[in-house]
Amino acid sequence: MRKETKYVSYLDYEGQYKGIFGWIFSTDHKRLGLLYLYAIALFFFVGAILGLTMRVELATPGETIMKAQAYNGVFTVHGVIMIFMVVIPGLSAVFGNFFLPLMIGAKDVAFPKLNRLTWWILIAGSILAIASQFLREGPPDTGWTFYAPYSTKTGTSVIIATTAAFVLGFASILTGLNFIVTIHRLRAPGMKFFNMPLFPWALYAASWIQLLATPVVGITLVMLIFERLFGIGFFNPDLGGDPILFQHLFWIYSHPAVYIMILPAMGVITEVIPTFCQRRIYGYKAIAISSLAIAAVGFFVWGHHMYTSGMSEQARWFFSLLTFIVAVPSAIKVFNWIATMYRGSINLQAPFLYALFFIFLFIIGGTTGLILGAVAPNVQVHDTSFVVAHFHYIIFGGMGFAFFSGLHYWFPKMYGRMYNLKAANWGAIILFIGFNLLYFPQFIIGYQGMPRRYYDYLPQFQWAQTISLIGGIILFIGFFVMVGNLVRGAKKGAIAPANPWNGTTLEWTVPSPPPVENFDEDPIIKSDPYDYK
Amino acid sequence: MSEHTHHITPYKTLGIILVVLFFFTFLTIEITSIHLGALTVTVALLIAGVKGFLVLSYFMHLKHESLLLKILVAMVFVLFALIVLITFIDYAFR
Amino acid sequence: MSQHENHAFEHRDDEAKKLGMWLFIFTELLLFGGLFLVYSIFRSQYPDSFHEGSLELSVTIGAINTIILLVSSASVAVALTAIQKNNTKLSMQMLLLTVFLAAAFLVNKYFEWGAKFHHGLYPGSELMQLLDRGHHLYFSLYFFMTGLHALHIIIGMILLLISYFKVKAGKVKMDDFMHLENAALYWHLVDLIWIFLFPLMYLIS
Repeated sequence: MRKETKYVSYLDYEGQYKGIFGWIFSTDHKRLGLLYLYAIALFFFVGAILGLTMRVELATPGETIMKAQAYNGVFTVHGVIMIFMVVIPGLSAVFGNFFLPLMIGAKDVAFPKLNRLTWWILIAGSILAIASQFLREGPPDTGWTFYAPYSTKTGTSVIIATTAAFVLGFASILTGLNFIVTIHRLRAPGMKFFNMPLFPWALYAASWIQLLATPVVGITLVMLIFERLFGIGFFNPDLGGDPILFQHLFWIYSHPAVYIMILPAMGVITEVIPTFCQRRIYGYKAIAISSLAIAAVGFFVWGHHMYTSGMSEQARWFFSLLTFIVAVPSAIKVFNWIATMYRGSINLQAPFLYALFFIFLFIIGGTTGLILGAVAPNVQVHDTSFVVAHFHYIIFGGMGFAFFSGLHYWFPKMYGRMYNLKAANWGAIILFIGFNLLYFPQFIIGYQGMPRRYYDYLPQFQWAQTISLIGGIILFIGFFVMVGNLVRGAKKGAIAPANPWNGTTLEWTVPSPPPVENFDEDPIIKSDPYDYK
Repeated sequence: MSEHTHHITPYKTLGIILVVLFFFTFLTIEITSIHLGALTVTVALLIAGVKGFLVLSYFMHLKHESLLLKILVAMVFVLFALIVLITFIDYAFR
Repeated sequence: MSQHENHAFEHRDDEAKKLGMWLFIFTELLLFGGLFLVYSIFRSQYPDSFHEGSLELSVTIGAINTIILLVSSASVAVALTAIQKNNTKLSMQMLLLTVFLAAAFLVNKYFEWGAKFHHGLYPGSELMQLLDRGHHLYFSLYFFMTGLHALHIIIGMILLLISYFKVKAGKVKMDDFMHLENAALYWHLVDLIWIFLFPLMYLIS
């Protein structure tokens, strides 16, 4: 079924190992990118099924299909899988691995063997995480946040789950390390930082967060494990500790982690929009620097998750102020994307459609984030489904739709074949409708007081939960349309040319699928990566 | 990004730095044994900071590394300092 | 970059390896950073208990260990200078000395911890539960931080030993010493952390 090529593509290359071993022992960044894609798609499917189970449970008030404890386990596992195994590695590990070297004109990442090891670490961590569900103690019921002191006392298998998060964090650190060195050392001769495309810029900013924030949560999770094993008391008020300290340490990582997800997503959108408008990106430097600004300021806003925790008044207004500041560079990017479209020659294909949906959903997610970032309204809606809706609009509507956009954008490059364009558009539209039906009602009932993480609710919220369930089912139909179309495209699709969308960045200058060594000769570097003349 | 030849730190420099580090170790033990109240912490951390700076500059050759690396190292310490400072906005006023 | 291109066929980029090691050191600094943050908060809340707790530790043992680590840090730096000057023999001797000093540090730590264990003072012990809150937190931090540090000593020893055998096999040599340089960088990190741990745990009163 493979495309016949005159050169050896990375898909056909036969190295030291044959068959499946040629993949799992490969150090080729392109093969690893696909391995990540398949692993993460699988995790996403598991997480999505768990999400749907929650929606079914919430279809009627009271017990529908599971008891409260089972529900606690399901939302914890859903969170752990989706956060640590899907969205944090998602874009950077899949498209970062595949396209970062191609976009900066390199043959591979700086440390290919480390890259392979990283994939293995991710798999090991994922096995641990999934194993925590099946142990005798029962799945952890703390929520993905593992808040102390409950997480230090519950009898469920918290230790395995936190160990899994620690191991997965290690994978994230190593990916970040690899990318930073790659960007510093392996740019093609003549490519300066400000000649780089903006997806590598976004990866660079996100990699710094991965590198510097992850160790903090790593050590926090180790402290939590020791708290459970030896009662060291750091988070236990009975022993003089402070549970709020756990929240501080946890969010010192986990807020910047939001930017690990969203920065590469913004990077993908920044690639897709100029290509499908055939117009150079508006405000290149503003976008590049705003990525770094988001990464930098994003480190100091963690406290906005803790307004109701008992933190001091002064800390609350400080974090609120910084939260509003960090919104500025995000808004700069949105304005730049829209300005790029202005008078462009727009080609409404699936990647661009997903990018448009991204902007729409990201604006809703972002502005509701400002509502949450202000102290007074936050106290009203804290721990309600308003928060759930907000972060799903950012993580799923933002990062998820950007992932789909990137997938459709780079698919012909990755597989050398094209999917059905019309079916892809329909998939996008169905996903968009399903998504909004699922999450928008949660804003309304959250505002009215529907708490998050409850398996039961008052009958007055029934209407919204029903709409959400319908939305969830439509979302699943959308997935099947999208995935079915892509799988069919990979197998039987029309042969894709090297540059189907008329893109200008370096990955489109090599054949599809790319040859093993990426570039036969040193690529020609243009001073403006988005020159459509 | 210009490649620079490896700077070789002379044995003598390493020896001098080691002696200076010894000196600061004894200084910090002596100073903290007298009661200075709240100043003790400041002085001890200051001396530790000087020692750390020496280790970074000479033993870890940062003095002869690229400006980029120097900036990155400084950035990490500034980041940590800011995180501590901001956390104390909570604890100092609670 | 230009000079780098001349050596492209060797597929060797020392600067990349060094940058990678430094980035890894950053993650280690922030790993310990989380603990120093916890320390600083509890210290500010229980200054008296932390003061009394630190009196329980032997400044002498702490000082000896500080000296040991400083000397070992210097000796590994000498090992690097030696290999750069093509003095393989001195480099190997210095690496062995460093590993020996690291082992001495651990032996010291063993006796220090052992004495505490002997008095029933260890994480999860009955005595620990009887201590007042500040003391409890102080000793928990003491064991946690020095324990994590000791783990890093062990990792550093392994890296240095690998370097030693690579020097011996001629794989690390005058014009190719990145493995030794990175192992040395890691070892200096271990020293660097101890430079801060020592006053915070043993001295500040």
